[in-house]
Amino acid sequence: MAKTRISLTVNGREVEELVEPRMLLIHFLREQLNLTGPHIGCETSHCGACTVDLDGKSVKSCTVFAVQANGADIVTIEGIAAADGTLHALQEGFREMHGLQCGFCTPGMITRGYRLLQENPNPSEEEIRVGISGNLCRCTGYQNIVKAIQYAAAKLAGATVQEAAE
Amino acid sequence: MNDTVLTPQQRTDQLEGIGCKRKRVEDVRFVQGKGNYVDDVKLPGMLYGDFVRSPYAHARVARIDTSKAEALPGVVAVLTAETLKTVNLAWMPTLAGDVQMVLADGKVLFQNQEVAFVVANDRYVAADAVELVEVEYEALPVNVDPLKAMTDAAPVIREDIKDKKEGAHGPRKHPNHIFSWQAGDKAAADAAFDNAEVTIKEFIPYPRVHPCPLETCQCVASFDKIKGELTLWGTFQAPHVIRTVASLISPLPEHKIHVIAPDIGGGFGNKVGAYPGYICAIVASIVTGLPVKWVEDRIENLSTTAFARDFFMTTELAATKDGRLTGLRCYTIADHGAFDACANATKWPAGLFSIISGSYDIPAAYCLVDGVYTNKAPGGVAYRCSFRVTEAAYAIERAMDIMAHKLGMDPAEFRMKNLIKAEQFPYTSAFGWQYDSGDYQTALKKAMETVGYTGLRAEQKAKQEAFKRGETRELMGIGVAFFTEIVGAGPSRACDILGIAMFDSAEIRIHPTGTGICRLGTKSQGQGHETTYAQIIATELGLAADGITVEEGNTDTAPYGLGTYGSRSTPVSGAATAMACRKIKAKAQMIAAYMLEVHDDDVEFDIDRFRVKGNPERFKTMKEIAWAAYHEVPPGMEPGLEAVNYYDPPNMTYPFGAYISVVDIDVDTGETKVRRFYALDDCGTRINPMIIEGQIHGGLTEAFAIAMGQEIHYDDDGNVTSASFLDYFLPTAVETPKWETDWTTTPSPHHPIGAKGVGESPNVGGVPCFSNAVNDAFAFLGASHISMPHDHWRTWEAAEKLGLHA
Repeated sequence: MAKTRISLTVNGREVEELVEPRMLLIHFLREQLNLTGPHIGCETSHCGACTVDLDGKSVKSCTVFAVQANGADIVTIEGIAAADGTLHALQEGFREMHGLQCGFCTPGMITRGYRLLQENPNPSEEEIRVGISGNLCRCTGYQNIVKAIQYAAAKLAGATVQEAAE
Repeated sequence: MNDTVLTPQQRTDQLEGIGCKRKRVEDVRFVQGKGNYVDDVKLPGMLYGDFVRSPYAHARVARIDTSKAEALPGVVAVLTAETLKTVNLAWMPTLAGDVQMVLADGKVLFQNQEVAFVVANDRYVAADAVELVEVEYEALPVNVDPLKAMTDAAPVIREDIKDKKEGAHGPRKHPNHIFSWQAGDKAAADAAFDNAEVTIKEFIPYPRVHPCPLETCQCVASFDKIKGELTLWGTFQAPHVIRTVASLISPLPEHKIHVIAPDIGGGFGNKVGAYPGYICAIVASIVTGLPVKWVEDRIENLSTTAFARDFFMTTELAATKDGRLTGLRCYTIADHGAFDACANATKWPAGLFSIISGSYDIPAAYCLVDGVYTNKAPGGVAYRCSFRVTEAAYAIERAMDIMAHKLGMDPAEFRMKNLIKAEQFPYTSAFGWQYDSGDYQTALKKAMETVGYTGLRAEQKAKQEAFKRGETRELMGIGVAFFTEIVGAGPSRACDILGIAMFDSAEIRIHPTGTGICRLGTKSQGQGHETTYAQIIATELGLAADGITVEEGNTDTAPYGLGTYGSRSTPVSGAATAMACRKIKAKAQMIAAYMLEVHDDDVEFDIDRFRVKGNPERFKTMKEIAWAAYHEVPPGMEPGLEAVNYYDPPNMTYPFGAYISVVDIDVDTGETKVRRFYALDDCGTRINPMIIEGQIHGGLTEAFAIAMGQEIHYDDDGNVTSASFLDYFLPTAVETPKWETDWTTTPSPHHPIGAKGVGESPNVGGVPCFSNAVNDAFAFLGASHISMPHDHWRTWEAAEKLGLHA
């Protein structure tokens, strides 16, 4: 199948690649760029394991074609930590509050939280629950994910962080 | 830091051993997207496999034409049953003693059954080629109703064995009959019912559901033709079992099969079995000489690999008028689908279902289970429980509520009266199980006090009156469940898989500098094994958990293990870990005594060191002893500090818990709000309270999903109508209730560290607790048993049947 040239920014790096027009963004990221952090859980936009940040919005990369990302600025879980390797407050929060178990939904969940906290830096518990409702988790029951996002919100706001997970 | 100035508590704390809320080791990679899951494995020249699947639930396969698919550029091979016959793999043996088609051989028996396997150099090309394989079907009559499976009119599902009168588990009484299995004393139970003052009998179905981990089943098979060796990466909860099965069904000797289970994205039972995708990927790699990856999509996952429950339990209880239980009977029809591929201990076709007497002192009990074939997917697994334990817990806990209602007793009071008493442990049930330990009354009392049970009942009473007066359209339901699990299979005298005894093992090596590695045959799928096994070692050996690497999922390096399911990791491998530590400790004691120039018996263990008895100033730390083990061992002693232990548990463990929930139901919409859910669990010794709480949260959320919405549903033509996330209920953060957790601690007397296992308890106890709450809301209106799932429609329907919408 004929390939199309696309150029985009991924985690701050300029990328230029040839892709089939039908290639999904998640496959482009995982297989062409070797960014295996975002995962595939359903291929129908329900589970959110493939969530990436595209031009300032959370998108499910299993239902976006790579060619649609031409010219876009994308952030994946691999681009969340600081350049020197310091973990983002969300990454720290998920570990501190036991917000993950098998880790499969975690990259999508953190990437969603990354955008959520920019949309709403001080969300209530209900706002967090609604804000992550496009991301499914089968292990945690969400309670500690909510705490992890609250932890990150507090830390990003410069507040002293509440007590750790049970 | 100078060790001598640390207090004993500080020395204990820095080990991060048993009881510590230690942060998880695995999280560091997971939060950075650096986990390594099967689909992340990428090998040079790797091909992709994809299945042609049957649109019919039951049909003859008249013709398969693969020529157009094979002609598509990029397609390397198309496997059919005819190809597999050349290597004798068109059918494979199942763990349950049956055989199963790998690819359709002559006919298909359930919708989405595997018909052909296309192999191409790209996953998109493979999907294209699937569409080009032409298959001609001749439709046959379909049966998806297990209650009709043994009637004269039912179509024969398994023509290959229709005349076989004897199955893997005894006589067969119909071509669609798989087995009859019974437990308990029928005569005694019948006598109890003949003499009973009060009896109840209820048909309690537990619908077909699916464990549905977020990562589907997948593998990469890579056959090295020169060495004649196969390396298989896969989503395997039991890697060694997969290796042995692969060797038994192929010409490959077991030492030339390397099975690797990397990070696994949730299992919940789905990843115990051996599926056609694995076999086809292996054969395709052998045929092509290249690595072959197979990854299920979500529809394939929900409709073909594994299912759970599908148990139809007619349950009876007998009691005295004052509420003392005297007998239990249960007759079950079990729908196993088209092949009996249930992943359970070989001798137990109905698993551990005879735990159905639950937490109660019932003098006489009997159960009978008939397994049947239908046109549904095979591969029954225990969705976050020991096999058939959650079905048993559901049946008894629903029956307890129904009996309480008939007796006019409060459900909690009725349970309290019949719970096995603390002084009765170890307790032998009417089915012969030896419950190891428990203090049930204390647990239930604590639960009732914490939630303010009496107040809740008073509030409910007032709301019922208000409802009757037409002042509210909301009903309040209180769910009570008290469960006892049976986990940690198992004693090898009772449990095996294909003849392999269900022991488990651990191998520990302590390095000269006092760090070490522990290797096991279990496999974490999110349970945090890398964190918790190290905590056991830290406490047992007095070496910091941070210095212990835990490695699982490599059959070449780990000692043989039976894998992780049925909450067996802590009860069995956790015990093996502790016992291996004790071997190391015994040697360390001799080395310490030698270094301190005293007799072996004159030193004693103290947190992180051996000290001279009566002279605590004279000691050698475990770190110093580790160095000495490689440097100056006593004369005649082998150098080194390592041990392996194969642990055959003397008994199962019996975790238990008391759960109470409160729901508010809008009778006009069926909407059910979970106001409160309180879970008290007793899992014996608690290794990591943070991880335990996380496991409880997750298990309760799965219980919520099962009770309130999940069902793998088939229409009469055998079309599976709930095989995507559009139709199969997975709760989001919005629907999921908030959980309150609590605990008591009753250690297991036979486990080296007293631990019982916990990950599955919330599923076992949670499902009946939700279902009892919904049923409880309607009970005062004279409702009969309302079946799961309690989605809005069914709950509205229950209200409709009661005439509440008139």
